[in-house]
Amino acid sequence: MASVSAPASQRRPVTPSARPRARHRGWTPYLLLAPSVAFLAVFFIAPLVQGIELAFTSTSGQYGLATFHSMLNDPGFLSALTDTLIMLAIVLPVQLVLAMAMALLVSSRPKGSGFWLYVYMLPLGVSELTSGIVWYSVFTQQGWLNSILTSLGVIHAPVIWLSYSNSLLIIATIVVAEAWRSTSIIVIILVGGLDAIPREYLEAADVFYASPWRKFWHVTLPLLRPALRTALILRTVLAFEVFATVIALAGGSLSVLATKANNAYTQFQEPHLAAAYGVLIMALSVLATAIFLAGLPVREERLP
Amino acid sequence: MIALVVRVENQVNRRDVLRLGAAGTLLASAALASTAGLAACSTAGPGAGTPAGASGGGGGSGGGGSGGLVFLSDQLSQTTESQAMRVQVLSGFSGGSVDFISFADTTKFITQVVAQAKAGAAKVDVIGGLQGDFVSLQAQVPLRDMSDVIGQLADRNFPRAYLDLAKIDGAYRFVPWITATYLMAASKQALKYLPAGANVNALTYAQLLAWGQALKKATGRPLLGFPASPDGLIKRFIQGYLYPSFTGGLNTAFDSPAAVTAWQWFQQAWAVSNPQSPTYAFMQEPLQSGEVWVAWDHAVRLFDALKSAPGQFVAFPAPIGPKGRGYLPVLGGLAIPATSKDVTKATQLISYLTEPKTAATMLNAEAWFPPTGPGSLPPGLAPGISDEATAIQATVSSPATIPAQLPVGLGAQSAAYDKVFVDAFTAIAISNAPIPATLASQATTLQGILHAANAGCWKPDPLGSGVCKVG
Amino acid sequence: MRRAVLRYTGAALLAAWVLFPMYLLTIGAFSVQSAIYHYPRDILPSLSWGTMRFFLDSQGVPTALGRSVIVAAITAAASAALGIPAGYALARYRFRGRDAYRVTIVSTRAFPVVVLSIPLAVFALQWGSYDTVWAVAFMHTALTLPFVVLISSSVLTAVPADLEEAAQVFGCSRPAAFARVTLPLAIPGLAAAGGFALLMSYNEVFAASVLTLERPTLPAFVLNALTSSPEPYKYAAAWLLMVPTFVFIFFIRRYILGVGRAR
Repeated sequence: MASVSAPASQRRPVTPSARPRARHRGWTPYLLLAPSVAFLAVFFIAPLVQGIELAFTSTSGQYGLATFHSMLNDPGFLSALTDTLIMLAIVLPVQLVLAMAMALLVSSRPKGSGFWLYVYMLPLGVSELTSGIVWYSVFTQQGWLNSILTSLGVIHAPVIWLSYSNSLLIIATIVVAEAWRSTSIIVIILVGGLDAIPREYLEAADVFYASPWRKFWHVTLPLLRPALRTALILRTVLAFEVFATVIALAGGSLSVLATKANNAYTQFQEPHLAAAYGVLIMALSVLATAIFLAGLPVREERLP
Repeated sequence: MIALVVRVENQVNRRDVLRLGAAGTLLASAALASTAGLAACSTAGPGAGTPAGASGGGGGSGGGGSGGLVFLSDQLSQTTESQAMRVQVLSGFSGGSVDFISFADTTKFITQVVAQAKAGAAKVDVIGGLQGDFVSLQAQVPLRDMSDVIGQLADRNFPRAYLDLAKIDGAYRFVPWITATYLMAASKQALKYLPAGANVNALTYAQLLAWGQALKKATGRPLLGFPASPDGLIKRFIQGYLYPSFTGGLNTAFDSPAAVTAWQWFQQAWAVSNPQSPTYAFMQEPLQSGEVWVAWDHAVRLFDALKSAPGQFVAFPAPIGPKGRGYLPVLGGLAIPATSKDVTKATQLISYLTEPKTAATMLNAEAWFPPTGPGSLPPGLAPGISDEATAIQATVSSPATIPAQLPVGLGAQSAAYDKVFVDAFTAIAISNAPIPATLASQATTLQGILHAANAGCWKPDPLGSGVCKVG
Repeated sequence: MRRAVLRYTGAALLAAWVLFPMYLLTIGAFSVQSAIYHYPRDILPSLSWGTMRFFLDSQGVPTALGRSVIVAAITAAASAALGIPAGYALARYRFRGRDAYRVTIVSTRAFPVVVLSIPLAVFALQWGSYDTVWAVAFMHTALTLPFVVLISSSVLTAVPADLEEAAQVFGCSRPAAFARVTLPLAIPGLAAAGGFALLMSYNEVFAASVLTLERPTLPAFVLNALTSSPEPYKYAAAWLLMVPTFVFIFFIRRYILGVGRAR
């Protein structure tokens, strides 16, 4: 952080010293938030409250924690929880590294960087259902992966990648599918963040540090914090919700919390149980968001 | 589900408040947008993006059937099936245009009907679903009593058994429309590994297992297959085939020694089944790709393999167990929502759909059989259909059949009932849990469900009075 | 020189990782149906229009695509109009309830939509907006709004507040300073947020299939083909859904690259 303050202090004299935004106490911010709050209240929070109410009522209509009790006793609850967390723990770092590589390549502006960025953004247009279809066709026993490996002479008999008996392998296929489909949003946010870093910071850093790696680690990364934080929050919340890809690749072999919620609602017609899973997913998402907000504090006065 | 719907009704009172809220929101955002755009000292300000002059009505309807009948179904939802429904079946209806809308997802289908009934809106004229769907629907919203329509259609000669199934809550809720059952299909190259003396049309469970083991030994690959994905019908295999064939019953034999034997058979068969089976919803694709050589599934879900490659596959009845050949007939029907606005027209459509000529088209184009009992099929069947017809004939006419029924009288508990079997399957086959302990714990849940629904036994369990007793 | 070569190799490898599965989907959609069931599958199969023509010939695909585009446009516009002010407030003001708002708005998105389907459909029916583009677009706006707020707040945080304050010093009102100074700098990022909303809306299946009946969006229209049809039809339907988005993305790409030019 100390490395950041050096160029920042060089810059300070240019700007007015007073920063009214930090001390604002008026009604303006609330007025700015009001439309979004009102809209969400009408179109989303009202049904959401009903959904949460469902979770806290039993099938006989009494308020209480009975539904959560039956969720805890639901066979496969624990394995769904652990598989969800394992999936998240693998997919998030994989995506961050991939996205960082893509974003750094693009923002170093080689010839044709517009083309590369376009390509890296294409998966934004791929829905979860499509991703499930594509990767199922890759990993199924007579699918693309085995076909290619066979043609190359790497394997002689098809490998069963999606076997129920190897849940870690199935999770790995889900991670691959998710890394392919949903890395783009992180790339976009990081490219935006990288472009917002004033050139003078990096130029100043060039004076102090020779190695690009140290420049990345000590200047770029700290300044990317707000973008990284947003990306992490978005991806975590969305990763908790992935279910079509999981159903395509894992079927009945393993569940994540979102497939449990979905199956409870669609297959077993237990809206209370589904809502309880929903509340759990929501609680975990809020917890993750709070952790990212607290663990990656953005100190406004240090921002450009 | 009912509680959910009740809660939704409270919403009606809040409706106007919410409307005001929405109008306020839009006004507020418009005001904000204009302050930002028209503020002093700004020359142009491109603005944050203005609505793209969206057309008000949302364009013409896809089916081009404004003013026509809306026919909603959860069957015939595969792309080719619904296209054939529109082009070959419904185009012959003289009473006006019909918009055929089909959901692969039963819940979405039920959601649509329930939401419309709750809102007092009538967007759907005719509902086509399976007997079980109507049981679930009737548990949530009333369906129209169809006794009058069935009376008008007396010349269709619906078998008594089907009419009995149509009786839900003391009245006929649907008109019998289509039937099917579950079959086995095998790739022809698998036939040479049949155990000595075995005949596919009289296959026993023991022989099926030996066949799967021989296939694995010869090819090194597990080549049996079951539709064990969440969208697959493995639960029906367990309820309508495995249990009746091994125990002669279902609920009354759930936890019996014979049931343990049945599950042991299943565990052994599972060991020579493709371990990717939990991803299979329809067995026609793994059969065609060669991932599976011998499979059990709903006749309609095997049809694409039999149709596209008629010479490569054989269809044959499900196997015979120690107690006989358990099998599960499937009945689909046509109903009218209680809120329907045009009953006469809907009735006309139902009458058209149950005509023998329409039924023949349904059979050849969609592989759904008419509800008239076997032996009365029209001549000149399409490829694949004749294979299935022969296999169905062989199923029904064999001496030791044990016809099972879909759950009867469970109402809103139907899905919870199915969950018992899916959970037992997942525990025993996927998680390798011990069979007797799994069955004992699921038996308690099962009894609770039957009590909650106050449901008596149904076939193949012995019918009796009072709540069905899990044994 | 060596660094440039490395850089291009890396960029090309990452691009191949993105594009190759799309290529596989494309040949799946355009190969002869029996080729899909042949093993090992052929990377360069004989092509056929058969499966795709089925979709193009079936009634309703063009109108459904049109509706999808309209819904996506309304969603993008509405979520930008509602979300950017909120993003601005989060970026520029410190106020009580700021983090609470942030967490709440994210948590609304964290509840599985499937559980809300009956209330949503009943809502739309009662409002008489069932089976219209508006019902779907507003539902999609509610789904995308949290993301637009978050993205635009991070975009606006990155635009130096100093510049805006300087403009105020020179006599612009606060909204004018925003419109004249911040907005031009932030427009590419904000457009990306809107574009993200556009794409999320275009790809959303669930709400679209619950809220429509006779007038589905394209994903709702081909939903059955995606979930329960033989493989060749799945590939064709998925391809048909994917390709129009490449055009949308083409336009967002130009906005994002504009960041560099604005400086």
